[in-house]
Amino acid sequence: MMGAIEGPLPADTRAPPAAATPVAAPRLQAPLHPLFTRGGWIAFCAAAFVLLVALPVANLTLPEAHPLHVPDHLVTLLGKIMCYAIVALAMDLIWGYAGILSLGHGLFFALGGYAMGMYLMRSIGREGVYHSDLPDFMVFLDWKAYPWYWSFTDHFWYAALLVVLVPGVLAFVFGFFAFRSRIKGVYFSIITQALTYAFMLLFFRNDTGFGGNNGFTDFKRILGFPIATPEARLALFAITAAFLLSFLLLARYLVTSRLGRVLTAIRDAESRVMFCGYNPVHYKLFVWTLSAVLCGIAGALYVPQVGIINPGEMSPANSIEIAIWAAVGGRGTLIGPIAGAFIVNGAKSWFTQAFPEFWLFVLGLMFVLVTLFLPQGVVGLFRRRARSGR
Amino acid sequence: MLALLRTLRCAFAVAGIALIAASAQGTAHAASAIPPALVHDLALGENDEKIKAMGQLAASGDEGALELLLALQAGEVQTAGEVVLRVKDGAAIDLATGGKVDPLPQSREDVVLNNRVRRELGSAIAALKLASPDRAARLEAAKTLQSGADQEMLPVIQRALAKEQDPDIKALLTLTQATVQMGSADKATRIAAIRTLAASKDPNTKTLLLPLLEKKGSDFAEPDSDVRAEAELSLRAIESSLATGEMVGRVFSGVSLGSVLLLAALGLAITYGLMGVINMAHGELMMIGAYATYVIQNLFRSHLPGAFDWYLVAAVPASFAASALVGMALERSVIRFLYGRPLETLLATWGISLILIQTMRTVFGAQNVQVENPAWMSGGIHLFSNLVLPWSRIVIIGFAAAVVLLIAGLLTRTRLGLFVRGVTQNRSMASCLGVPTVRVDTYAFGLGSGIAGLAGCALSQIGNVGPDLGQSYIVDSFMVVVLGGVGQLAGTVYAAMGLGIVNKFLEGWAGAVVAKIAILVFIIVFIQKRPQGLFALKGRMADS
Repeated sequence: MMGAIEGPLPADTRAPPAAATPVAAPRLQAPLHPLFTRGGWIAFCAAAFVLLVALPVANLTLPEAHPLHVPDHLVTLLGKIMCYAIVALAMDLIWGYAGILSLGHGLFFALGGYAMGMYLMRSIGREGVYHSDLPDFMVFLDWKAYPWYWSFTDHFWYAALLVVLVPGVLAFVFGFFAFRSRIKGVYFSIITQALTYAFMLLFFRNDTGFGGNNGFTDFKRILGFPIATPEARLALFAITAAFLLSFLLLARYLVTSRLGRVLTAIRDAESRVMFCGYNPVHYKLFVWTLSAVLCGIAGALYVPQVGIINPGEMSPANSIEIAIWAAVGGRGTLIGPIAGAFIVNGAKSWFTQAFPEFWLFVLGLMFVLVTLFLPQGVVGLFRRRARSGR
Repeated sequence: MLALLRTLRCAFAVAGIALIAASAQGTAHAASAIPPALVHDLALGENDEKIKAMGQLAASGDEGALELLLALQAGEVQTAGEVVLRVKDGAAIDLATGGKVDPLPQSREDVVLNNRVRRELGSAIAALKLASPDRAARLEAAKTLQSGADQEMLPVIQRALAKEQDPDIKALLTLTQATVQMGSADKATRIAAIRTLAASKDPNTKTLLLPLLEKKGSDFAEPDSDVRAEAELSLRAIESSLATGEMVGRVFSGVSLGSVLLLAALGLAITYGLMGVINMAHGELMMIGAYATYVIQNLFRSHLPGAFDWYLVAAVPASFAASALVGMALERSVIRFLYGRPLETLLATWGISLILIQTMRTVFGAQNVQVENPAWMSGGIHLFSNLVLPWSRIVIIGFAAAVVLLIAGLLTRTRLGLFVRGVTQNRSMASCLGVPTVRVDTYAFGLGSGIAGLAGCALSQIGNVGPDLGQSYIVDSFMVVVLGGVGQLAGTVYAAMGLGIVNKFLEGWAGAVVAKIAILVFIIVFIQKRPQGLFALKGRMADS
C-alpha cells in the first residue's frame, strides 16, 4: 500500500507538471493515476476487514483470557485515534497538497463535536441532576428556555446537518476573505491560530450557552440506544472506521484528479499557476472548506465515543498538535498522516500512563527532529529505503 | 425586696442633694476646673445627660476634660452613692472636690456606658485629642471624628482647624466640619458646607449629598431649593471628577498593558524582521527571563539580604543574558537549518517551547513561584480620590520606554545594528561586502531573545511566574507584530499601545473576554483589508 501511493513530493524535488499545462488542452495531460494499484486495494480491503469485522468480533465474542481478545479500552482508544486520523487526513489535504498550514483545525473539530454534543445533551431528557427539560448547566445559570441556536437540535438529522454546515460555512467565509486577500504562509497560520483562540475564549464563557468550562458531558443515549454499552461502542467504532476509509478513498480521488494537480501546482508555485490562467482562490477555498467539514465530522464521531467535549479542544496547542501528526507520518501522502495520528497518539497514551512527566519532552523532540531530519515523515523514510534497496 | 430598694433609692436621693450642696461650696478651691455638675451628669445622669456633658467637655478643649474622659473610657470612674470617684491603683480621688478619699468606700459602682454613649465618648475624646502635639494622634483623632462628629464639637473642630498645619489632617477636618455643617439650621452655612464637600472630590461625599436630593413623601429631604441646587451642582462636579479619574485610570492601565505587550512583541519583531523566523518559543524565552529574576531574587535573599531592594539591578542583566544564551543556542542548533522554511520553523520552535516548559516544570516544579517586588515598587501615586497608579506599573512603563530607546539606538548607531539592518535589507549583498551574515543572524536572534528575557523580568513584577507564563502571551505578541508590521520599531510601539488602550476601554464596556475576542476579530478583519501593510515584504522579495 505504501508503494502504491504516488503522492507528489513536497518542495521542489520535481518540476511541477501542472504548471506548464495550458488550460485549453487538458487532453494533453498525462493520464491520471488509477485510484489504487492492485496491492493498494488488497491492503485497503484488509484494513477494512480488520476494522469493520475482525476487531469488533474479537472484542465481543472472544473470552477475556483469549490471546486475541481486544479489551474495551483499546476499542475506545482506537476509535478515538481514528477520529484524529480523519483530522490528520483533512490536514494533509490542506497542508500537504495545498501548502497551507492551518493552526485552527482543532476549532472545526470542536465545532462538529459541539453540534453533535447539542443533540446528545438534548437526548438526555429529564435524567440530568436537576431532572429538568434543560441541560444541567442551563438550570444552573437559571435559564428558562433554550436559546435560539439550540432550536431543532433534538432531531438527530438536523444536528448532523449542523456538524457539516457550521464548520463548513465558517471555513468558507473565513477562507474566502483570507484567500481573496492573498494571505498565505505563516500569516495564514497565525490568523487561524487567533481564530481558534478567540473561539476558545468565547466557548469558555458560561453566557455563550455551551456549558462554559465543563462543556457537554454525561450523555445517556444516541438515537434511542444507550450510549455506554459495548454494542453502542462497537457500532460507533465501526462507523468511524467506515468514515475514515471512505474519506481516504475520497481524498485519494481528489488528489489524483485534475483539481488535485492544480492544488499541488499552487503549493509549489502559486504565481505561475495564476499566470497560466487559473484562479487559485477557488481551488484553495474548495479544499479548505472540505478539510474543515471532514474535521467537523471527525469531531461529531469523537464526542459520543469519549463522552465529553469542552473548549479545551479549541486551544491553539491542540491545533498545532494536529500538524505534527501529519508531519510525523509524511505530508502529501494521505496514508502518512493517518499513520502519524496513530503513532503520535499511541505514544501519547502510553507515555502519559507510564512516564507522564516525559511526554512533553517526547512531543517536543518529535516536532524538532521531524522538521529537521524527516521532512517527508515516516512514509518518506520507508520510501527512501525502498528506493535505495532497488 | 422591692420596698427595700425603694427606700434605698430615697436615701440616695437625699444624700445626693446634700452632696451637691456640699460640693458647690468646695468648687472654688477644687484642683480641677471642671464644673462638678458636669461630672455628676457624666457619671450619674441619664444617657442623654451623659452625652450632653461629654459634648460640653469636648467643646471646652480643657486638658483636664481629656483626662477625665479617658478615665471614664478606661473604666476608672466609679460612684459611691452620689460621690464620683476616680479609682486608680487602690487610691481614689473625689472628682468633684479633687480631694483624696481615704479609705475607699466599700460600695462602689462602675459607671455604665451603653454602645451609643461609648461612641459619643470616643468622638469627644477624639475632639479633645485634636489639640495633641503628636501628629499621629491628631490624624487618628481626625479619622475617628469623620464618622462621629456632631454639632456640639463644631467649635473644637474649628479651633483645631485654625491651628492645624498638617495638610492631610487639615483636609480631613475640613471635610468633617462640612459634614457637620450640612445639618446646620442656617442656609448659608449649609451651602458653604456643600461647596467644601464638592471641592474635596472624595467619592464618599457622594453618599452625603445624594440623600439631600431624595424625596421624603411629597417634600424633599432638604427643604430649601437653593441648597438643593447647590447640592446638585456639587454632585455633578464630584461625578465628573470621578469620571475623569476613571478615564485617566483606563488610559493608564491601557498604556501599562501596552507596555507589557510591547516588551513581549519587541523581541519577536526583531527575530521575525531579520530572519523571517516565526519563533513560537518566544513566550518561553520570556518565561526563562522571569525564572532568572526568581533565581537572582533568591540569591539576594540568602546572600545579600541587606541589598534585597536592589536585586532587580542584577536581575535585569541576568534575565537578558539567560534568555539571550538560550536563544543563541537554539539558533545555532535548530533554527539555522530551517531558514527559508517558515512553516517548519514554526513547528520546530513550538516543539522547543514544549521542551522548555517541561524542563522548567522538572527543575522548579509545576507550581507558580513567588517573586517579590522590592519595597520601593510597592504603593503608588494617589492621583484622584478613586485612582491610584501603582509604582510597579509605572516602573514597567518606564522600563519599556527605556528598552525601546536602547534598541532603537543599538540598531541605528552601532556597527552591529548597521550589519543587522544590512542583512535584513539584502542578505546576499551584505554577504558580498564582507558582513558575516551567519554571525549576525546569531547575534540578532540572541538580541531578540534577550529582549524576551527582559520582558519576562518585567512580567515577574506584576504577574504570576510559572512554566506556562509564556503561553498566555504568544498569541497576543504575534497580534502586535502582525498589526504593527515588521522591521520597524515604531509600528510595533504604535500597535502595542493601541491594542493595550483599546483593549482596556473595551473591557470597561463589555467585559474582559468579549474585549479580547473583539480585538482578535478586529485583527483578523484588519489583515484581510491590509495584508500588504503587515508582515510586508516589499519590491522584488514580494513573491520569491
